[in-house]
Amino acid sequence: MTAEVTVATGTGGLGTDMVLNIGPQHPSTHGVLRLRLKLDGERVISAEPIIGYMHRGAEKLFEVRDYRQILVLTNRHDWLSAFSNELGAALAVERLMGIEVPERAVWLRTALAELNRVLNHLMFLGSYPLEIGAITPVFYAFRERETLQAVMEEISGGRMHYMFNRVGGLKEEAPAGWTSRARDAIGLVEKRLPDLDRLIRRNDIFMARTVGVGVLTAAQAAAYGASGPVARASGLDFDLRRDEPYLAYGSLKVPVVVRTAGDCHSRFEVLLDQVYVSLELARQCLDRVDQIKGPVNVRLPKVVKAPEGHTYAWTENPLGINGYYLVSRGEKTPWRLKLRTASFANVQALSTLLPGCLVPDLIAILGSMFFVVGDVDK
Amino acid sequence: MNPTLADFGHDNGWIVALKVVGVFVFLVVMTLFTIWYERKVVARMQVRPGPNRHGPFGLLQSLADGLKLAFKEDIMPLKADRVVFFLAPVISTVCAFTAFAIIPFGPFVSIFGQKTPLQLTDIPVAVLLVLACSGLGIYGIVLSGWASGSTYPLLGGLRSSAQMISYEVAMGLSIVAVFMMAGTMSTSEIVNAQAKGGQGELFGFEFTYPGWYVLLLLPSFVIYAISAVGETNRAPFDLPEAESELVGGFHTEYSSLKFALFFLAEYINMVTVSALATTLFLGGWRAPWPITQLGPWVNQGWWPLLWFTIKLLILLFVFVWLRGTLPRLRYDQFMRFGWKVLIPASLIWILALAGFKTMNNENLPGWQRGLWIGGFAVILLAILLWPRKRPAPKLPLEEEVAQRPEGSFPLPPIDLQVPVSPRAKRITADREPVQ
Amino acid sequence: MSGVPGYGLGKGLAITLKTLVSRSTTQQYPDVAPELPPRSRGVIALREENCTVCMLCARECPDWCIYIDSHKEEVVVPGAARPRQRNVLDRFDIDFSLCMYCGICIEACPFDALFWSPEFEYAEYDIRNLLHDKDRLNEWMATVPAPPAHDPQGEPSKEEANALKKAGAA
Repeated sequence: MTAEVTVATGTGGLGTDMVLNIGPQHPSTHGVLRLRLKLDGERVISAEPIIGYMHRGAEKLFEVRDYRQILVLTNRHDWLSAFSNELGAALAVERLMGIEVPERAVWLRTALAELNRVLNHLMFLGSYPLEIGAITPVFYAFRERETLQAVMEEISGGRMHYMFNRVGGLKEEAPAGWTSRARDAIGLVEKRLPDLDRLIRRNDIFMARTVGVGVLTAAQAAAYGASGPVARASGLDFDLRRDEPYLAYGSLKVPVVVRTAGDCHSRFEVLLDQVYVSLELARQCLDRVDQIKGPVNVRLPKVVKAPEGHTYAWTENPLGINGYYLVSRGEKTPWRLKLRTASFANVQALSTLLPGCLVPDLIAILGSMFFVVGDVDK
Repeated sequence: MNPTLADFGHDNGWIVALKVVGVFVFLVVMTLFTIWYERKVVARMQVRPGPNRHGPFGLLQSLADGLKLAFKEDIMPLKADRVVFFLAPVISTVCAFTAFAIIPFGPFVSIFGQKTPLQLTDIPVAVLLVLACSGLGIYGIVLSGWASGSTYPLLGGLRSSAQMISYEVAMGLSIVAVFMMAGTMSTSEIVNAQAKGGQGELFGFEFTYPGWYVLLLLPSFVIYAISAVGETNRAPFDLPEAESELVGGFHTEYSSLKFALFFLAEYINMVTVSALATTLFLGGWRAPWPITQLGPWVNQGWWPLLWFTIKLLILLFVFVWLRGTLPRLRYDQFMRFGWKVLIPASLIWILALAGFKTMNNENLPGWQRGLWIGGFAVILLAILLWPRKRPAPKLPLEEEVAQRPEGSFPLPPIDLQVPVSPRAKRITADREPVQ
Repeated sequence: MSGVPGYGLGKGLAITLKTLVSRSTTQQYPDVAPELPPRSRGVIALREENCTVCMLCARECPDWCIYIDSHKEEVVVPGAARPRQRNVLDRFDIDFSLCMYCGICIEACPFDALFWSPEFEYAEYDIRNLLHDKDRLNEWMATVPAPPAHDPQGEPSKEEANALKKAGAA
């Protein structure tokens, strides 16, 4: 009995590289992202993100929904920044129709957008350490989220999909005393947030896992179109709130949190510091809301029709730049509404970041790229 | 009047059986309790109340979970090696239970008129038995990883084997200092050795130092504690499980009672290393200082069982506390920490301790003492003044590639002999040759 | 101080220990009912007598989860020359397995027949049982809270404005 074995030689080693599918159902891909890895032991040789498991055809659905119904759908592609998403869509329609939004609505929108940003960041500030193996920070983050969500629920009725924007302003006026309750909630979060900060930011093990891991250079970030906290951690100093102000950001001084290292830890730090900044911004907005009298929306005809034309509205969403390219033929539905989502661009960088790292590093990088799968697949 | 090695091996058969059942019940109850305890403590650290539905304070939660596990579907993966897949959790659990045989719970007690030590058995190399059992228990994890026929468990099993082997060494070295101080490896005698403090003199003051080795051998205790966490696969060293990376590591494919056995083994291991730490470093079943003032009865009869359990629970709390706070280390960092920090540190500590003991030997002639001190000073100077290797200047990638000999990486030589993969060989060897 | 190895670990351990001895923030839900704001979007309640079967809600619903059937009835009004035609609601079902809880139907309703209620305890074991008919929707009317007063800086709510108008008229 002779055994004849043919093996391949060359860069493929023995041809026995292990192929490992991380996802579509894996605890660290938060959702259904799939990564096809080739492993040499625990070292990643190549990584290919496979997306589309959650494709819901949002852009196609936009074409058969009127402008109020579109807000329901935009709410849902990035479920962690629902308010910012619907805001972007509303801004696009308003721009095309030439609507001027009442000042009170503008400031209220800004405040809510910043609160939404905090909610989004807190989610990642909790889930990221969880992926690294620290099980406690997520509960601290959710305690703060709960506090802010109560405020959001009181004004909009929703905890996640707020549905509070309308073309031309907001759905309705805030309940009496809401602004002071919102300020109280912000104060409470600011008071308790240092717990999360002290628990994890300077933790030696956390540092060992994240410092110098998954370095994305500024040039790479720009090349892949990364934006938001991911790009700012790489030193790409770009923030639409400051560089191309929309809403009331023009009259606010927006501090932009930037790091230069571009590694997982700096991405985490950008997020954490951003929370402090956003809470402060939200408080300033609420103070302004209290000084402005007036309506929060404009009266629109029963059927809203955007005039023929096209426009592009982009906003600094919590995860990065979110853009809506709206093309209208004068119907009550858009002819085309193209989505540019932050997560999609950020996930692209994975295929360059992952090769060469270890499986645990992969988890650390995956968690620090801050994406929402619905936002990737749309 | 405390049990020594000579007091063991004289028990009746039924007393031995009773003790075996006692240890078994203690471990199972401790496991159920520890799961509840852990969940409750971690929950409190995470601003939530934890289990509170089953029984008072949710105490019966782990019992309910155990029952639930028993009724779950027992899945056997298609690619699994059936025999090994079944055997792996059994090995883990049996080893975990066995290790507890030599843990002393207390002094002599009378069981139905029979005077016997509150300890299943003791042997001259009792502590080594624990090390041996935890070493064998790894087989359960490695085999389960291999037998599952799946990638995640395989990675988990591999991690586990490397981790356990490394940390077994560090753990063994940290215990050596205890052996040196106690002069024995029998657990009951180690407890005895910690019974009374010694007299010391410092700057002319005479004082009594306590006998607990945690104070005398603090570095050993620290090293033991760290490697114990690594040895039991607990956070922050829970790499073989690492649910966010390897889903469940070695037990990804396990369900129902087989999974329950792994679970049981993990918690018993936790209890065992804590019990060993209590025995080796925290004075075993002896009451701590303020309680000893109440009278001699605190260290007699069944009372020591209470002190033992309290010490155990405090150590378990530390386990839980670490899990509630710390993230997971990366695999290579963890290995580096074990081999480059813990093991050298314990070697140096053993050396220092041995030197200290030799110096204190009164029979030592003066010239030898001088030689020892001189030698020590020379070594210290050598370490401090050792010339550092200057880091080689880093070449650009192109030059580095150019310097490589012909045919080296990344292009392998054409006549490269590749060893046959053992796996491929097995597959072909099992098959009948085609005629 | 932060340069000492283990300092970050110690800080973290101190935080968890501090939390261990402080109160937990959990609400014991089934024992203690949550306090939900009046705007909370729990379930859609229907006031049947206000419904004129105009079908606006069913048409505006982004995923068409409202099913309406009706028939016409002649009502003889004393004093009027001819009997009046009236729409009678036969069926008003909302499929809550499809509903996205956007609230557009409630906004679209011109006759105040639909309301949000914070009631949320209507989970079912079978997804098909989430189709609720008009009787069930009507039951939820009892749980609809009064809308909150608006911020004095902004425009008053519809209800407040009506009340003001009435007060002015009287």
